[in-house]
Amino acid sequence: MSPEGSRILAVITTREGVVGGGVPVFLVASEKERDQVSVLLSRILQAVVHDLQNGVYVIVRH
Amino acid sequence: METVTPVAVGAIMGTLARLLLLRRDYRQFPSYPQGYTIHLSLGFIAAALGAIAPPAIIQGDLAAASFLALAATQFREVRSVERETLRNVENTELVPRGTAYIEGIARVFEARNYLAMLTGLAASMASTAVSEQGLLWSAGAGAAAGLLIGIALYRAMGGRRVGDIAVVKPAAIEFDGPLLTVAGVTIMNVGLDSARRRYMDEGLAVVIEPKDANARATLANLGQRQAIAHEVATVLGIKLEVDEREFTPIARQNPDTGEVVMAIVPLLNDERALVRAVEYVPVLEGTVRKPVQSGLWPPDLASLERATGQVSRR
Repeated sequence: MSPEGSRILAVITTREGVVGGGVPVFLVASEKERDQVSVLLSRILQAVVHDLQNGVYVIVRH
Repeated sequence: METVTPVAVGAIMGTLARLLLLRRDYRQFPSYPQGYTIHLSLGFIAAALGAIAPPAIIQGDLAAASFLALAATQFREVRSVERETLRNVENTELVPRGTAYIEGIARVFEARNYLAMLTGLAASMASTAVSEQGLLWSAGAGAAAGLLIGIALYRAMGGRRVGDIAVVKPAAIEFDGPLLTVAGVTIMNVGLDSARRRYMDEGLAVVIEPKDANARATLANLGQRQAIAHEVATVLGIKLEVDEREFTPIARQNPDTGEVVMAIVPLLNDERALVRAVEYVPVLEGTVRKPVQSGLWPPDLASLERATGQVSRR
């Protein structure tokens, strides 16, 4: 775990109308695209994909 | 001449004792020619310092004997050197050792120099005591004493392993939605379907059941759990790249039962090997807790009856 604790690096979601806060939000068209984008982002950022089970995936660095 | 034999015998026996202990930590700290050279040299110096003391005292040279105190300072340095080395390579490890494990290893390396010194001292003392009988007697007595002390210390220094304080069993990996779960304990949230499939297809899991409340407290220590993850990943290998953090093994404890669970995607996909690897992980000296010794725990709780273990908790 990084000393400053876990941090959300990006949000990937199919839900429209999600407003971005301090983190980048990636709006995707389908669940398939969500999976692809999540894999790519997690590899690029060297972080873990977590499923919030409401259609939202977050990329978190631990 | 009567000082040469005790010093020589003491130095040789002490160095041999160090060599004996050096072979033993093959697994704890992979050895390489440089590491061997460093520790054998230091062991030789330690043994020689120990061996010099008895003849010096016989000859009334008390100043020489006080050099032992100087040695202690020297060997404290060994600990910080080991700690530094391991800490420097820590971020190159896919599964880090963790600070508790590093501290434990460093401590062992310091202690072993004292053992070399003690062996040298004992051998030299015995050799000095019979030096009147002639060279052969003197050398023989020193070697015998050194051997005896060396073996006794070798035995005494063998620490406990996880297999001594807990029962290790294979377990199944389950997914509750995205939650990776082993024996009712949630380990982590795995978001990617492909990652979940890899866990299901190639992953292995274990449950580590502590034998008593003391063991439970020891296994609760995060350093001890990290040491288990590191050792298992080292022994079995691990399918993990730097950009696949979801495969980092994490050991989690069930707060109700004290059971520790861990899932891993190993290169060597063998349940029995996994159980053996976990059992073989050393119990870190710095993580040992003995709450039961306080006398406050009723016997049924202390022996960790599975009464509370029926409750499955997420």
